[in-house]
Amino acid sequence: MTMETSGYILRIDDVRQQYGQKVVLNDVHLSLKAGEFLSVVGPSGCGKSTLLRLVTGEEWPTAGRVMLNGQIIQRPGPDVGVVYQHYSLFPHLTALENIMAGERLRRWPQPIQGMLDLVSGEARRSRAEVQDEAMRFLDRARMSGHGDKYPHQLSGGQRQRVAIIQALMQHPKVLCMDEPFSALDPGTREDMQMFLLELYELLRMTVLFVTHDLEEAVYLGTRLVALSQFYTGEDGVQSGATLGAQIVTDRHLREIGVALAPGVKASAETGRLIQEIRREAFDPSYCQHVDTFTLHHKDSWHPEEDDET
Amino acid sequence: MRPPELFGLFAVPRRLTSVVLIILPFIAVIALYWIASDIRLADNPQDKLLPSFRQMGDAVWRMAFEPDVRTGTYLWWADTFASLRRLAIGLSLSAMTALFLGLNVGMFPGLRFLCLPFLTVVSIIPPLSILPILFITVGVDEVAKIVLIYIGTVFLMTRDMTLTTTAIPREQVTKALTLGASELGVVYRVIMPQVMPRLINALRLSLGAAWLFLIAAEAIVATEGLGYRIFLVRRYLSMDVILPYVAWITLLGFTIDWLLRMAVRRFYPWYARQGS
Ligand SMILES: Nc1ncnc2c1ncn2[C@@H]1O[C@H](COP(=O)(O)OP(=O)(O)OP(=O)(O)O)[C@@H](O)[C@H]1O
Ligand SMILES: [Mg+2]
Repeated sequence: MTMETSGYILRIDDVRQQYGQKVVLNDVHLSLKAGEFLSVVGPSGCGKSTLLRLVTGEEWPTAGRVMLNGQIIQRPGPDVGVVYQHYSLFPHLTALENIMAGERLRRWPQPIQGMLDLVSGEARRSRAEVQDEAMRFLDRARMSGHGDKYPHQLSGGQRQRVAIIQALMQHPKVLCMDEPFSALDPGTREDMQMFLLELYELLRMTVLFVTHDLEEAVYLGTRLVALSQFYTGEDGVQSGATLGAQIVTDRHLREIGVALAPGVKASAETGRLIQEIRREAFDPSYCQHVDTFTLHHKDSWHPEEDDET
Repeated sequence: MRPPELFGLFAVPRRLTSVVLIILPFIAVIALYWIASDIRLADNPQDKLLPSFRQMGDAVWRMAFEPDVRTGTYLWWADTFASLRRLAIGLSLSAMTALFLGLNVGMFPGLRFLCLPFLTVVSIIPPLSILPILFITVGVDEVAKIVLIYIGTVFLMTRDMTLTTTAIPREQVTKALTLGASELGVVYRVIMPQVMPRLINALRLSLGAAWLFLIAAEAIVATEGLGYRIFLVRRYLSMDVILPYVAWITLLGFTIDWLLRMAVRRFYPWYARQGS
């Protein structure tokens, strides 16, 4: 295939995804360069997780193509790593075993895998090498003392750190993350963001990061797209939620490989950016329910009074 | 202010109280029996309905520690061994079937359509109603009893395993595949270890049914076994043998259940409390 030459590692071409009659994604185009950190935001239920499932290969698009290095993605495989909000770790394995899980699973069933290796002539890293890397990662995640704990014995943040390492051990071409930090408290969350950026700088991996937190999206990404079911089509018709979501914003935020100090989250520029994105993708005029609230206290917001002024 | 000791939704019994509460019903039943038996025996020393603990002790001694005059075996132990052997073979066969069938049916949609509706229908057949068919087809010896235990337990366990497998989050499958596992690797290296403790728990729940079918089969045809003995001595109204046998079966059942519970704790320490 010739797509290789385009310089993009991941291409989502004209993708449409529908379940029965319900259209979730409508005509989504997205190309990702190697090393890009793409934040994906959007209103709840707009299809962010659906997009991610197309990239991991869990689902096939109704129409269009999802390609990794010019190859259509067929199945979940080691080229794409994933980290979820929950259930990323295997509950029956300890932290270290979880990190080494790829190594164990790849070699099973042993005789068959051995023969396949011989045929393909692909050299596998030795177990000792893998163990070495696992220990280094564990150290970097400040988890060296916790290697033999089970997931249920770890805190939420520790669990996600292990999950990230587990995925990175495979050196995936693209790392997909679906709201990985959404269940964490603000302190742990910032900690995790730093940890992720540290790894991003170190490994120069390509990341697809879904979040519903705009601040997080702006802070982490080198590029940001917003997916939304609320947009005005070419014919000037407002979609409501019937047509399926499209990419409504695509912003370059900073150079590939650059990570900023967490302080920028508080800056005026970040605030402005967030407001703009909110207007573009989460425009309240489409959210019909807003003026149906009834608040009674005299100092509360009363939508009707707003109208009069 | 202390929370209430005994009554209400918020009762917090002290340690001693809780121990007393646990023992109380056992003591009460034994005491009640003792009194009733004493009254009846005082009335008529030949009465067989409620033998004294002494009479039962004698019977146990005779059955367990003196060789039987006719066969030369220690009946108590021979019966126990025969019954436990049937139980073990029948239950392990159905546990293995349940594991492999449940796992694969739960994981592969193709197999699910092929097997699940069929299994659901077949599982409704009352096992005892096909006992005569078993006797006719496989004969009245060991095989029939083992097959009865097998049929009596395998469907419930298989369904339990299927449900357990399908309840495992989809994320785990994707995750394993992205770590380089093959499809079989996902099923046997990722999902199977996760359903193992549940299999043991399903086994514990099936023990009751297994005993029921074992004793039913032994009551009808057998030459040895705990159920066989109970129904044999019933003809002589030997309550002094029947009651200790029932107590022994209860103790065996309790012990097996406890051992299985300990096995889960020991071999699957992650099972009791897992979050995500
Ligand atoms: N397998 C499916 N069958 C039918 N509808 C589905 C299926 N999967 C997702 N949907 C629908 O598609 C829409 C998008 O779901 P998706 O989970 O991708 O949203 P999301 O953007 O990730 O939302 P959230 O922010 O809540 O995670 C939802 O309306 C959902 O009900
Ligand atoms: Mg989602």
